Amino acid sequence: MSDQAICAWQKLELGTAITTPGNAAELRTGDWKTLHPLTDQEKCIKCGLCSLYCPEFCIAQDKEGFYPADLFYCKGCGICANECPKQAITMTMD
Amino acid sequence: MNKAKGLEVSLAIAEAVKQADVDVVAAYPITPQTHIVEELSVYVANGELDAEYVPVESEHSAMSAAVGSSAAGARTYTATSAQGLALMHEILFIASGLRLPIVMTVANRALSAPISIWNDHGDIMSERDIGWIQIFAENGQEAYELTIAAFKIAEDHRVLLPICVNVDGFILTHMIEPINFIDQNEVDKFLPPFKPALTLDPEKPVTMGPVGVPEVYIESRKQCEQALINSKAVVSEVLADWGQRFNQKYRLIERNGAASPKTVFITMGSMGETTMTAVKELEESGQSLGQVRIRLWRPFPKEEFLDAIKDVEEIIVIDRALSPGSHSGPVAQEIKALLYDQPQKPKIHNIIAGLGGRDVTVKDFKKMYEMARNNELDPNYTIWGVRSDA
Repeated sequence: MSDQAICAWQKLELGTAITTPGNAAELRTGDWKTLHPLTDQEKCIKCGLCSLYCPEFCIAQDKEGFYPADLFYCKGCGICANECPKQAITMTMD
Repeated sequence: MNKAKGLEVSLAIAEAVKQADVDVVAAYPITPQTHIVEELSVYVANGELDAEYVPVESEHSAMSAAVGSSAAGARTYTATSAQGLALMHEILFIASGLRLPIVMTVANRALSAPISIWNDHGDIMSERDIGWIQIFAENGQEAYELTIAAFKIAEDHRVLLPICVNVDGFILTHMIEPINFIDQNEVDKFLPPFKPALTLDPEKPVTMGPVGVPEVYIESRKQCEQALINSKAVVSEVLADWGQRFNQKYRLIERNGAASPKTVFITMGSMGETTMTAVKELEESGQSLGQVRIRLWRPFPKEEFLDAIKDVEEIIVIDRALSPGSHSGPVAQEIKALLYDQPQKPKIHNIIAGLGGRDVTVKDFKKMYEMARNNELDPNYTIWGVRSDA
């Protein structure tokens, strides 16, 4: 069996149906990206604009007030880096 | 079996659908299929058939509605032809991929351009690889009976695949034939109510048709392919059961004519009847000739076909569709590929005949046979009766 396959074809549900809820979390969709955001904390003013503009809702404030992206869900679109008023975010190769 | 009743074959097919007690009919009229869904609308309107009749705005919607209703657990029927089948194209893959046992009549017709409403197999040959079970009826009786049997084949839990019953447009659909109708009680005994394996049910939610990421798509296609391959045994079984109950023997591949012929014609659909007449007449004049009819086209019954042509020296494959740019018509391609790794290979002649409703007569078949024997046919394929100045 291929090491890329989720399961053997005999084990697939009829017509590849999904019969259990919530199993999308098992797929690491964040793996698809080629770039990810990297924040320079010296430049960051903790304004939260990156979080507002993120189309994947994957940026949230942490305990220290910074806004790191959850790379599990980040698709590397670069909108956060574009919107940052302080150019604190750079898109870096995965 | 009751006494025969003279009826247009389209109406007999509609009767079969009614007797199968379908829950949903998705209908879009297209020549030469129109009379089937028209008749079904009458049955639904006058209360003879308790079903949802969904008059859609295109064939794309007809197949989409069929996919939805079948997924909801309803016994679903639709019918189409040529351009309509082409318009359904993308949804046809969804029906088989989701393993939905929809039954569809395809009134075979040529594809445009130029516009032709007449019969050939160009429409269904363009849909060769959609993962549907495909059977070909040769006459009205067969069209009626195979339509009922199709529901049982498709809905078998070992199969769960859509199926199309091919009937030649006009030649069959608009012909009035004496047809033996089966008693409703007998149909009910043969065909139990549809028990879906998986349904769209708010009480037990499932997702059908999710994204097939690269990590799952191949496995999904394999599941569908294996179901189609396995369906051959179920088709055999259901047709054998039919034979026992109603005394009509339908085999996947049928051979007629001489006991051990040197030459056989290979046909699909209604043309087989004319071929058979030619074969009989040639046999009477001392020729060693036979005919092989392909009733089940997908999955292709490899073993049965090889058995039917064993010891044959020469085969003449009649294709009713053109595969432009290829070395032969679609049926001949299939047979050439199959014979490639066989130790004994008969000589193969391929004739593309009857495109767009061009008549092919007994005289034509006799001429084909004569030309094959004299090696006058093109080694790739001959387009029969094409007028040329060359």
